[in-house]
Amino acid sequence: MIRLEDVHKAFDGFEVLKGVSCEVPKGEILALIGGSGHGKSVILKHVARLLKPDRGRVIIDGKDLFELRRDELEQLRSRFGFLFQSGALFSSVTVYDNVAFPLREKTNWNEEKIRERVLEVLDQVGLKGAEDKYPAQISGGMIKRTALARSLVRSPEIMLFDEPTTGLDPVIAHTILDLIQRIHNELRFTGIIVSHELARVFQIVQKVAMLHDGVILTMGSPEEIMSSKDPTVRQFITGALEGPIQYR
Amino acid sequence: MRYLRRLGAFSLYGLRRTGRLGIFFVTAIYYTVTPPLKFSWFVRQIWFIGFQSSLVILLTGVFTGMVLGLQGFYTLNRFGSTALLGPMVALSLIRELGPVLSALMVTGRAGSAMTAEMGIMRISEQIDAIELMGLNPYRYLVVPKILASAIALPLLTSIFDVVGIFGGYAVGGKLLGGIGKGTYFGEMANYIDMDDILCGFYKSITFGVLIAWTCSYKGYYAGFGAEGVSKATTQAVVLSSVLILFWDYIMTSILF
Repeated sequence: MIRLEDVHKAFDGFEVLKGVSCEVPKGEILALIGGSGHGKSVILKHVARLLKPDRGRVIIDGKDLFELRRDELEQLRSRFGFLFQSGALFSSVTVYDNVAFPLREKTNWNEEKIRERVLEVLDQVGLKGAEDKYPAQISGGMIKRTALARSLVRSPEIMLFDEPTTGLDPVIAHTILDLIQRIHNELRFTGIIVSHELARVFQIVQKVAMLHDGVILTMGSPEEIMSSKDPTVRQFITGALEGPIQYR
Repeated sequence: MRYLRRLGAFSLYGLRRTGRLGIFFVTAIYYTVTPPLKFSWFVRQIWFIGFQSSLVILLTGVFTGMVLGLQGFYTLNRFGSTALLGPMVALSLIRELGPVLSALMVTGRAGSAMTAEMGIMRISEQIDAIELMGLNPYRYLVVPKILASAIALPLLTSIFDVVGIFGGYAVGGKLLGGIGKGTYFGEMANYIDMDDILCGFYKSITFGVLIAWTCSYKGYYAGFGAEGVSKATTQAVVLSSVLILFWDYIMTSILF
């Protein structure tokens, strides 16, 4: 279970998170929605302990993430999968080696078993045949799928997806979200997904939280969010120009 | 009052940066002396920092030796002591110029690349990805560089010294024809002892650690975007070069 309690974070005096509290029960996926630049990725980075809150706590399976020792943190992170917005692939090694990296470093598997697993995951994400390519030689969609394969290769218990479909064509985006759903059905991981593909994402998550102005404005099931009367939520999900959300 | 506040803010900023540099060093050394060592990453760094720097070290060494031979011959000739050209060239190279110039050349060639590589890994979230796999980025990115640099620098320095000594002989002995091979090399044995060699050896090891430490640090904490990486690279080369010269003075005063 992931729980955020009154998390505050400011960058150079600008307060991005102003007391975020939410909870993701074990085995469920939470969709984090909200305008660009409102701190959704910042929340994910707090859950992964890549950022430290100025105030508040992040609790995973009953343990305060920021009170863990380095070895405890490494152990916890071994159960994590994180899909970065940029993919964060190692540019100097091939697609195959990128996906094999966590297995080589965190398991005692022999190379044959690693190969079998890597090819299986690459096949799942539709990248069979691209094993020997370098990240610079593949498209944005393939980078995302390689990153997804790398984050899933160790069958994580906690998955964090930072805009997994941004910049992809609708078919690939659909494929990736389908894949996330399929793997969730199989592994029952606890996850948070940041995405703007509301219609499709709402079909695969159990809960939705809308972040606005540094706080969780509303949280509920996808149906509750879709039928929300809150003008900010309504404007966001319909994409209307007029309403409380103003970018100008 | 405003100036005082600015001075305070600047001092705090400097103190914070220095503290972070120090903590980075202590952490890196801790992981360097405790297992496991990522051997393949270490071998790659030895190849990159050591082997790939050998050509530039060869060239710098031979020309430095040639200049020393030329200048030394000219000066010693005034006092009728050209027989001491060999010890003069060798001592200058072994105690001082070999370690310092090798370190400066490695900083320019490999140190800048270390910073740029790590800076790009930082801004493209590759370092975060390593952390999120439950791995320790120091063990993969910093420790191999520190170890490889500490091993490669003395070896490169010894190449620098040897080719420099031959370069000095090529000018002082062959080109100017002032002294014979026996005198040039024979006198070295009389004037150079193990302490001189150890002095250069200790210096080059510490320079190796210093280069990897400062250049890794700057890359690890590189700022945002291409500008952040380019700034980090420039700062790494400047900081590393200044620290090499500063540390050289400290080491010389201790080992003199």
